[in-house]
Amino acid sequence: MIFVDEKNKALKITAIAYNTFRESVRDRVLYNLVLFVALIVAAASVIGRIAVGQEAKIIIDVGLSATSVFGLLIAIFIGIGLVSKEIEKRTVAVILSKPVRRSQFILGKYFGLCLTLLVNTTAMAAAVALALIFAKGGFDAAQLALWPAAYLIFLELAVMTAVALLFSCFSTPALSALFTLLIFLIGRWSPDLKLFAETADSAATRIVSRALYHLLPNLASFNFINEAAYGESVPARLLAGNTVYAICYVAALLAVAVLIFDRRNFK
Amino acid sequence: MSVIEVENLTQDYLTGFWRKRSVRALDSLSLQIASGEVFGLLGPNGAGKTTTFKILLGLIRPTTGSAWILGSAIDDVAMRRRIGYLPEQPYFYDYLTAREFLLYCGALCDLPKTEAAERADKLLHQVGLADSADKQLRKFSKGMLQRVGLAQALIHDPEVLFLDEPMSGLDPLGRREVRDFVVGLRAQGKTIFFSSHILADVEAMCDRVAILNKGRLIESGKLSEILKAHSNELEVVVSGVTEPALAEIRSLALSISASPDNARIRLKDDRDLARMLELTHAAGGRIVSVNPVRESLEDLFVREVKGS
Repeated sequence: MIFVDEKNKALKITAIAYNTFRESVRDRVLYNLVLFVALIVAAASVIGRIAVGQEAKIIIDVGLSATSVFGLLIAIFIGIGLVSKEIEKRTVAVILSKPVRRSQFILGKYFGLCLTLLVNTTAMAAAVALALIFAKGGFDAAQLALWPAAYLIFLELAVMTAVALLFSCFSTPALSALFTLLIFLIGRWSPDLKLFAETADSAATRIVSRALYHLLPNLASFNFINEAAYGESVPARLLAGNTVYAICYVAALLAVAVLIFDRRNFK
Repeated sequence: MSVIEVENLTQDYLTGFWRKRSVRALDSLSLQIASGEVFGLLGPNGAGKTTTFKILLGLIRPTTGSAWILGSAIDDVAMRRRIGYLPEQPYFYDYLTAREFLLYCGALCDLPKTEAAERADKLLHQVGLADSADKQLRKFSKGMLQRVGLAQALIHDPEVLFLDEPMSGLDPLGRREVRDFVVGLRAQGKTIFFSSHILADVEAMCDRVAILNKGRLIESGKLSEILKAHSNELEVVVSGVTEPALAEIRSLALSISASPDNARIRLKDDRDLARMLELTHAAGGRIVSVNPVRESLEDLFVREVKGS
């Protein structure tokens, strides 16, 4: 009986996730961006021809940067509407009046957008890989560096989706977008924040910056694009460490999101 | 045993941005709804009908008070497998087709895929949407969305139904269809709790009603009892009575409305009836009908709402 219950819970989360994924696919989120990255990669190949010998570097650099930027745009702009849109349009009342826990709803929405991002990131990385094959006229060692770097991009997007979803549970879309973007920027510059925390003159500034450094996501270590462009593969330790860090960080954010969402009234 | 039991439910909202003010949306509401009953919640806009529904469905937590559905507390998620809800002015995922939406709802109610597909087909047929099953909901009219709403509320064959303003936005034909549909559900033994301000629909469907105004229950009971308690008056329709005779009848009547064909005379009770009939015959008139005035729900509603 307990097993059946657990299975039903998982099935409901899957149903909500699949519906969220289906929404973004039908809103043509994926098509436009895949097309866009294809154009960018094509442009990179042209530049590669001008800068002979640098093709792989430029293709990976431009391709993965675009993957990261467009993924981030999806994570933020769909993420901030994940919950707030359902509340605003009152579809949340239909779902929660069924035998669905609020935590299942939040998890389903989260995994649905993660699935969209996974498909998106994979498609973009595949486009970069294809462009590499074209530029190099076959398999190249740079291919090996590409995929782990793309995986780190996905992990970073998964963290940002959780940030956007958390804001989506209690704030307006415009404010949520602003806060999420701010957290992303601070997260990307977290080593500078750490440095600032160590060197600031005032004790209060040091405490606040140190607290922020520990509280906000450390995203700098997810950015391995530059190294990948030089053919450097992500060390296994960094991959494993970042995976664990992302899972813990996302779990904490989702727990807070569930706590907030659980207390909400849907007038 | 009561299927729905509501005890002293009170809901306060805070409004205002700077200076928060508490507004009471629901004030100590108590109700019992028996198995197989069709119970109507009546009241003007803002009376607290939707708030009551949302509390019962776990969408709003009451400030104080408690409620049980089918013997379970309202925050029991598993209990919701046995209830269905049609929200007011339903809006659903417009990128889904009607069938996809029903299958999604089926999955959320633990229905196996094949069973959900069968139920979806059957319900789409029952609500008259079989031809539009594979159309996206963004192309649906308000009336069609209302039908999809009914179908999703029934996808898991619940025992208890909560219908919030099920007739709103429907044309007369659509209202008739929904009414027949609800009557059919009652015949299946389902308990139906619905809200409305369209009184004719309530009159046609309900076993019992409760009237809410400004969050307070002002009357509840069997419709026939609520209406009977306020009516002793008679309405007599006569024809062929000339103006001089009518002047004499007027002294007996509460009111007279005369048209070229006939006159409608309202009497306080049957004590003056014999005298009135006499006067009519003497004037060469003809009695068309004599009926007890059954207070319409409209009258009752207006009187109660104004009085409270």
